Amino acid sequence: MIIDHPLLGPRDAQEFVYLGDATLIDRPDWQAENAAEAFHDYLYLRDNPAGEHRELWYHEQGDRSWLVVTRNTLTHEITSVELARDVARARGRGR
Amino acid sequence: MNKQINRLNGGLIDHDQSLSFKFDGKRFQGHPGDTLASALLANGVRLMGRSFKYHRPRGVLTSGSEEPNALVELRSSGRQEPNTRATVAELYDGLAANSQNRWPSLERDVLSINDLFSNFLTAGFYYKTFMWPKAFWEKLYEPIIRNAAGLGSITGEDDPDVYDKGFLHCDLLVIGAGPAGLMAALTAGRAGARVILADEDFVLGGRLNAESIEVGGVAASDWAAHALAELSAMDNVRVLPRTTVIGAFDHGIYGAVERIADHLPTPASGQPRQIMWRIYSKRALLCAGATERPIAFSNNDRPGIMLAGAMRAYANRWAVRAHEQVAVFTNNDDGHRTAADLIAKGVHVTAVIDTRADAPSVDGTELFAGAQVIGSKGRLGLNSVTIRTDKGFTREIICGGLAVSGGWNPNVHLTCHQRGRPKWDEDLAAFVPGDNLPVGMTVAGAAAGAMSTYGALRTGAEGAIAALSDLDIPAGVPELPEAEDSPVKLRPFWHVSEGKGRAWIDLQNDVTVKDVKLAHQENYVSVEHLKRYTTLGMATDQGKTSNMAGLAVMAELTGKSIPETGTTIFRPPYTPMAMGALAGRAVGKHFHPVRETPSHKWAIEQGAVFTEVGDWLRAQWFPKEGETHWRQSVDREVLQTRASVGVCDVTTLGKIDVQGADAAEFLNKIYANGFAKLAVGKVRYGLMLREDGIAYDDGTAARLAEDHFVVTTTTANAVLVYRRMEFARQCLWPDLDVQLISTTEAWAQYAVAGPNSRKLLEKIVDACFDLSNEAFPFMSCAEITICEGCRARLFRISFSGELAYEIAVPTRYGDAMIRALMEAGEEFDVVPYGTEALGVMRIEKGHAAGNELNGTTTALNLGMGRMVSKKKDCIGNIMSEREGLNQPDALRLVGFKPVDPGQQVVAGGHLMKADGPVDAAHDQGYVTSAAFSPVLQSSIGIGYLKDGAERTGEVLRLANPLEGTEVKVEVVSAHFVDPDGGRQRA
Amino acid sequence: MRYSGFRVIKEALTGHKGWTPAWRDPEPKNEYDIVVVGGGGHGLATAYYLAKEFGHARIAVLEKGWIGGGNVGRNTTIIRSNYLLDGNEPFYEFSLKLWEGLEQDFNFNAMVSQRGILNLVHTDAQRDAARRRGNAMILNGSDAELLDTAGVRALYPFLNFSNARFPIKGGLLHRRGGTVRHDAVAWGYARGADQRGVDIIQNCEVTGFRIENGKILGVETSRGYIGAKKVGVAVAGSSSRVMEKAGMRLPIESHVLQAFVSEGLKPMIPGVITFGAGHFYCSQSDKGGLVFGGDIDMYNTYAQRGNLPVVEDVIESGVALIPALGRVRLLRGWGGVMDMSMDGSPFIDRTQVEGLYFNGGWCYGGFKATPASGWCFAHLLSTDRPHEVATAFRLDRFRSGRMIDEKGVGAQPNLH
Repeated sequence: MIIDHPLLGPRDAQEFVYLGDATLIDRPDWQAENAAEAFHDYLYLRDNPAGEHRELWYHEQGDRSWLVVTRNTLTHEITSVELARDVARARGRGR
Repeated sequence: MNKQINRLNGGLIDHDQSLSFKFDGKRFQGHPGDTLASALLANGVRLMGRSFKYHRPRGVLTSGSEEPNALVELRSSGRQEPNTRATVAELYDGLAANSQNRWPSLERDVLSINDLFSNFLTAGFYYKTFMWPKAFWEKLYEPIIRNAAGLGSITGEDDPDVYDKGFLHCDLLVIGAGPAGLMAALTAGRAGARVILADEDFVLGGRLNAESIEVGGVAASDWAAHALAELSAMDNVRVLPRTTVIGAFDHGIYGAVERIADHLPTPASGQPRQIMWRIYSKRALLCAGATERPIAFSNNDRPGIMLAGAMRAYANRWAVRAHEQVAVFTNNDDGHRTAADLIAKGVHVTAVIDTRADAPSVDGTELFAGAQVIGSKGRLGLNSVTIRTDKGFTREIICGGLAVSGGWNPNVHLTCHQRGRPKWDEDLAAFVPGDNLPVGMTVAGAAAGAMSTYGALRTGAEGAIAALSDLDIPAGVPELPEAEDSPVKLRPFWHVSEGKGRAWIDLQNDVTVKDVKLAHQENYVSVEHLKRYTTLGMATDQGKTSNMAGLAVMAELTGKSIPETGTTIFRPPYTPMAMGALAGRAVGKHFHPVRETPSHKWAIEQGAVFTEVGDWLRAQWFPKEGETHWRQSVDREVLQTRASVGVCDVTTLGKIDVQGADAAEFLNKIYANGFAKLAVGKVRYGLMLREDGIAYDDGTAARLAEDHFVVTTTTANAVLVYRRMEFARQCLWPDLDVQLISTTEAWAQYAVAGPNSRKLLEKIVDACFDLSNEAFPFMSCAEITICEGCRARLFRISFSGELAYEIAVPTRYGDAMIRALMEAGEEFDVVPYGTEALGVMRIEKGHAAGNELNGTTTALNLGMGRMVSKKKDCIGNIMSEREGLNQPDALRLVGFKPVDPGQQVVAGGHLMKADGPVDAAHDQGYVTSAAFSPVLQSSIGIGYLKDGAERTGEVLRLANPLEGTEVKVEVVSAHFVDPDGGRQRA
Repeated sequence: MRYSGFRVIKEALTGHKGWTPAWRDPEPKNEYDIVVVGGGGHGLATAYYLAKEFGHARIAVLEKGWIGGGNVGRNTTIIRSNYLLDGNEPFYEFSLKLWEGLEQDFNFNAMVSQRGILNLVHTDAQRDAARRRGNAMILNGSDAELLDTAGVRALYPFLNFSNARFPIKGGLLHRRGGTVRHDAVAWGYARGADQRGVDIIQNCEVTGFRIENGKILGVETSRGYIGAKKVGVAVAGSSSRVMEKAGMRLPIESHVLQAFVSEGLKPMIPGVITFGAGHFYCSQSDKGGLVFGGDIDMYNTYAQRGNLPVVEDVIESGVALIPALGRVRLLRGWGGVMDMSMDGSPFIDRTQVEGLYFNGGWCYGGFKATPASGWCFAHLLSTDRPHEVATAFRLDRFRSGRMIDEKGVGAQPNLH
């Protein structure tokens, strides 16, 4: 596969390390009342869709960017690649 | 010396030069341009192999890579290559091949007795028997079956050749260099596109070289040669002969294997045998041609019976007749071409048998229209065939070769590698590429169902133009040369029902029409069940010439159409390929890169014994003269370090530089224990959890400045911890002002341990830095200079439990540093110590390492439960609170000593109570690490024990049934040496 | 019909006219007591044991394609009971014992061949871990032997002993481990279940569950609604897709595992070997092909095909371990979708829907589990209680912190 890195252009997927569903960005609030349950769902449950999947890849043999790749799990077609940091910020993560 | 009795004139071989070769020890002559198969045929050899199951005598069926029968063992010793298709093995002088799967000889094969029992050995018979008595399967039946099965053999010797890997990029990859591929490459090449043209053959041109036709007014093979010359002259075109595109992978990536030296006796010095290319293409045009399929009939497997197109190719390209007398059996017009070409070459064609009543007339031989071949004769080679004429008479036709054509199947394989399915074409009675092709791939020529030469040329050009237009590369429409454009005239005919013998479908795996019928009878009807039950299509040819007939017979039986019956899935590789090419250079010592520590050269000079730690090589111990056992060296290193001072290269520990205004806050989230308030100039032990609350890694973080930390990790986790920290930084807390960089290889780092370590370092550290306990107490750190101005970092940390430091210098000074330390330490009798002594000392001190941080243990298990802060947001603390991880009898890290000091604590042993059963239900825990402590003069161990913190003094049994030992051990503190830590603070 | 050597001879002499279908192709009935979704190894085994051991009638197995077309038809055929953890090892030991009598039990020769499995070790730490695991195996009633380098060499002289990047320092040998003819397992169970009245319905895709008041009523299928008192789902790589129809999110990701077979060779590799310095395992089939595999492709996928980097990675390991393999040709690779769980261990459990049961999360180790998985799932479906060797395979174990993490890599499915 080829991942079109937003900063570096097309790169072989072999340069990257895969983590999993991009919802791993949405780490729950540790002080929430249901924190234990929220962390359980966050860490262990997955939609695991057959189709479009937003997922985290790490450019370990490159610039060490974490990326959010939107990829179809049936066809492997990649429709978008974003810097995970931008996605995280857009999803309200900060400090 | 044998004469080439079947050699004709002409062809693409060099009649002037002779090559000598051996088959089964017998010497023959051939010519450059020959394959092993063509040369054997030229010498009158029809019998080339034995079938898999019944050991039936078999000859060559095809002239290409789809060959099921003519498989040989090529070369010898480490280069012996089993199952080599004689049809693609290029002849070279001195080639030596042997037949396989026969004993004692190809002509007299004892296991051909299987054929007599074939009625008992039908499809799947082995699923129904060999079950009684139970033990006999493994002891008797299976060994017999295994020895009879298999095909060729390898010697087990190491393959002496090397293989390379390479990466290529192109606008257009053209797969196959027949008329379609050549025309496509010409069109794209002339347009200036970056083109790769790959073909499995050693002479490019595909069927152009196998036919007697003209293209553009010249012989087709000449046209191909001219096209190739033009392509070879273009800088933007790369022509790869002898290159098989093995698979179509995601995003336009293709695998291809180029056979660089398989046509040579051995690769030249430094030359790889093969190169595995990974081709990154923007577009790909599949021009893989088509494969002819036989018609099954009674005893259709005798040597001499071959595909019509193959027999024609042998005559036209290789100047070889299959036999002096041949006949043709066909259901389509293409079979007639074979007859015509052979007649033109002066071969005696005794008959053309055409299943069609309205078959076209032929000149120069007898035509039997509406007739069928119902049998054949000849033990080790064909002598005659029996036919049933349209009037119902039988006739015996004398022939030593029979050319069979059942039509042609487009080579759609690569179109299906991403699980697209082909679609049925009624006119061709064949599958053609479906609509769901790999992205970027189009198909032209016979592979797309354009079966005429002109059709191939035209679709090749059109395919190239369309592909380039996608890439905004304008391409001119080329003038297409004149060529034959005859339509496909065929009436589907799959197998002859009449006949006394078996009608073979899969020639290699010996699957017959009857086997398919049996599969149907037993409800193995799904095409996948059919394949798996009968083994149809599972041989080395993957059913290239047999799958269609199997489908057709099953379709007949179920009353469904062939497309309704379905196809099995085509998978890479297109043809079998050497595993060496996929392994490339990453074998032997080069399997993984070697990481050497900065003191590596020095350690070699000291005669160190090295050990693998991940990709690192580390000194394990440093034997001294007279030491005959490793324990002597290790004990000495430990004792001398604890008594005076020792030095160890600890560069392999991961080092991560953490900088930024929020560096402390960031580490506070990464580590389970607190880091926000660590003072500048101080070091703290840090425990990292995974988000699931399990202990992940430990190390130290040193605060060199308000906004600057240096974090260490274990050697094993250096890369992983860094990756996780980047994840936290970029994905979880993207607005923290913090930057990370791995500096593992930027700094050479040495542990200097032992009561004299301060004195030693004082000789090296520049005088302006005060190393006294007051100025630089335990857990201090500083950026310093040494040896008059050389930049260094000093950490007062201890893994051994002694007064100890770790000193880091830029890696380029690492070698000088170890020499300087050893020189300065001479007066203290300094000793270098390796990983083994390091391990002994950390076990003596009760420090956890990899064996303890095994990915299933918590801070609580490690005895660090209270370190996990509940007052801050850090990775893992929430999930570490789950009740299953906090049971009252949770495992705790403790120490063990043998009750009898002469006995040994063994890592990996399981702990059982002093009395009671020894089994899994009574398991109390396990020992993780063990060593002989030269200080205590006893074997010691640490490990996890249920409720271990409360069981000090208890005597347990350490069960090691694996090695038949059981040792009584006493539970003790894991801190065997200096439990109150006075030494490291001295 | 009973298969036997005599039967084979008799049929051979009478034109093979007497062989009957190995299983019927019945039309689905309106209702069953128990519907098993998924006609793979586990589903078929479940139906077989439900009928044979738990006395149930009115059972159907629904398969969207052809039976045995999932991972039981696409694996490296290894059976073994060499697990470390208490949650796992008793289960796999139970499974191995069932394998040992399976062929006589279901009257089908699945070629169970206890050729031995050797896990190589290359470092002292690996030896310590192998010792701990070997002892756990023995303490659970399985078998294990710790070999030194010479012991390994005696069994496999052609391994790389002279020029290895990571020298072989020994191995953990599990003699009762081995291989099985994988397709035959599906067929044997199907035939055995069919003979006991189970309806095996191919080309019947479950498209939804009918659930009322938290209770299962039946399944919607491509061949119409089928009522059921109980429904057991055993669909491996499709677990998330199917259970999503019942409103469940699972601790599972779907990944592709590639496996490979070489051209047929005369006998070379007697047992199963696994490399300890790279991901590679290999055995030789009775037909002569070397059957081998390695790591999954690492990314979520349902595409049943893999990519080149893993192919190369696996074969690099293979040739590094066995230098003679360089000359052997790769015949075919394939990819199967694995239901990779969050701790690498499976689930056999009830769900929050009454009467709906789930069996999955087998990662790429499901084949060896087939008999025990079927038996234990049948036990659960029949008695509503987990079988004693499968009590740890609960869906809620992550909530309580009772993970069964053999590799110790945590909640990242692609690492298991």
